[in-house]
Amino acid sequence: MTSNATPTYEERLAGFDWSISERELDYHPGDRINIGWYCSDRICAQGKGAKPALLWEDHQGTERTYTYDDLRLLSNTIAHYLRDLGLEAGERICLFLDRVPELYIGFVGILKMGGIAQPLFSAFGEESLHTRLANAGTAAIVTQRKHLGKVRKIRDQLPDLRYIIVVDAAQAPLQAKEVPLALDALTRVESLEVYRSTAETPSVLHYTSGTTGQPKGAQHVHYSLIAQYLTAKWVLDLRPDDIYWCNADPGWVTGTSYGIIGPWVNGVTQVVLDSGFNAERWYKFIEKYKVTVWYSAPTAIRLLMREGAELAHRSDLSSLRHLCSVGEPLNAEAVIWSRETFGLPFHDTFWQTETGCIVITNFPGMPVKPGSMGRPFPGITATVVDPRTFEPYTEPGRVGLIALKPGWPSMMRSYWKNPTAYEGKFRNGWYLCGDRSSIDKEGYFWFVGRDDDVINTGGHLVGPFEIESALLEHPAVAESAAVSKPDKINMEVVKAFVTLKPGFSPTVDLELEIMNTIRRRLSPLAMPQEIAFVDSLPKTRSGKIVRRVLRAQEWGEPIGDVSTLMEE
Amino acid sequence: MDDLQRVIRDYVVKEYLEEGDDREVTETTPIISGGIVDSFSMVSLKRFLERKYEIQIPDADASPAAFDTVASIAALVVRFQKKA
Repeated sequence: MTSNATPTYEERLAGFDWSISERELDYHPGDRINIGWYCSDRICAQGKGAKPALLWEDHQGTERTYTYDDLRLLSNTIAHYLRDLGLEAGERICLFLDRVPELYIGFVGILKMGGIAQPLFSAFGEESLHTRLANAGTAAIVTQRKHLGKVRKIRDQLPDLRYIIVVDAAQAPLQAKEVPLALDALTRVESLEVYRSTAETPSVLHYTSGTTGQPKGAQHVHYSLIAQYLTAKWVLDLRPDDIYWCNADPGWVTGTSYGIIGPWVNGVTQVVLDSGFNAERWYKFIEKYKVTVWYSAPTAIRLLMREGAELAHRSDLSSLRHLCSVGEPLNAEAVIWSRETFGLPFHDTFWQTETGCIVITNFPGMPVKPGSMGRPFPGITATVVDPRTFEPYTEPGRVGLIALKPGWPSMMRSYWKNPTAYEGKFRNGWYLCGDRSSIDKEGYFWFVGRDDDVINTGGHLVGPFEIESALLEHPAVAESAAVSKPDKINMEVVKAFVTLKPGFSPTVDLELEIMNTIRRRLSPLAMPQEIAFVDSLPKTRSGKIVRRVLRAQEWGEPIGDVSTLMEE
Repeated sequence: MDDLQRVIRDYVVKEYLEEGDDREVTETTPIISGGIVDSFSMVSLKRFLERKYEIQIPDADASPAAFDTVASIAALVVRFQKKA
């Protein structure tokens, strides 16, 4: 549990100003600010060079330890390597890696040489990868041999891509544009001219899905550090002696904001398990490394619940002192279960790719209302607004759109090459998150659902347009619609409705073939968990497919106004 | 490795190992915790087994632990073949 010395939420709120963070980081407006330097060199300059920054383990039990001095030197080495290739500040450098050390260290190295880090989930298929690399005009991709097949399939369609950097090439034959990066074999670079970035210098590009169009790149800047530092310290309650574990993959924003930047700018030791889910292994991992702070996700918690409390009790989990969760609403049952099983509640946190940092949260020490998202982080003005007027609701309990007053340090600065979509996120002076919620009398937010057709599956947003486009490329598919359907573990999963072209019959084999096609081309997350073969899809009189009717059927909700639908 | 395990192994290698991923998959290779098949993809593997062996595997039995190796998947299939 949090100690008595931890300030209360109200104490944090009183007189809050983001300059608190600036002062703690010795940053003054106008100074240089480089996230990579803050996460490595600055910690070493504080005399903590010998402290472990990363304790890493893979599914086979291979272990690696990297101190902060290792992190400083190896990120210097990667930055130097990238510059030697001719890569320049401002260029997008993609990290397409499993959770190997090169991913974490490479992220820091890219920022130190002035590049824009573009982490992508390594389970993405070639089409998802191509969409994001083409939009970003990515200059280099850092990857592993096991993912080279996907990269090779699309490299010739990416004119901006100059280098494919392979971290485990060993003696494997490489092809055009491919170069090896054997980090252990390179001479460590002691001294590096860190790129002289300032507050508004672009730092990270994370892609996120919307209802329409292809995924958009939320572009962040180095000044985001100010928010990521303080939210990691106050919400995750990170302290110098903590052993911190974030389950998120850095292909998603949680895995960078709080799986790299947050712990390391705070000089905390973090652990990484490069492994798929296995409940027993997870508990043994916590026991082995004496994890104190654990940032997980509702889907993972529900999987652990399914395995039962007895399994948890077989490991010594007494090191845990603070638990947080992110990605989707944390159901009350999960909070109650964690209290009973670990003696600690999971604290739900709410934020998104665009916000860059936690914006609504259950603060340490604050009474947790199971099922609530919590209250706004100090410095964040959050409310719910009327969906028609975009004026804030003043009475408690009314469901409206979650809206944030722009201006916190880690807010995205734009969508890459898509200013129109960026501007579309603002109404009446508010940034709209795309989620619906109410606020109770005590100021706690209660999540209701998305305000659009985006599917939140296992804490990851999947855009229906991307899935439908891929479905239409299958030779059997005439029309398609992708919507969410309820799921006990992942909250929502993708369900596709498909009409077939003449000559094709709805069979289990065809369903399986379509599922696997989407999984390979896009990602496992985007793969429909169910495909319904139908004779027709609901459409407006102008012929536009109406997903909301299908979604309502799946969720058992009222279908709403159907007067504009075409009659079949 | 018996015939059932071989069919499952071959399907896992064909469908889920990426091109260029030269890992050997045996009956005891961890395929879920080893990151070859994730929890989302498990659904398509389950669907394949149900179709191929004409069985129904309830969601409650399709846990990551039950799907973690070719041997454990084969045992699951045998269990539900007997029930069918």
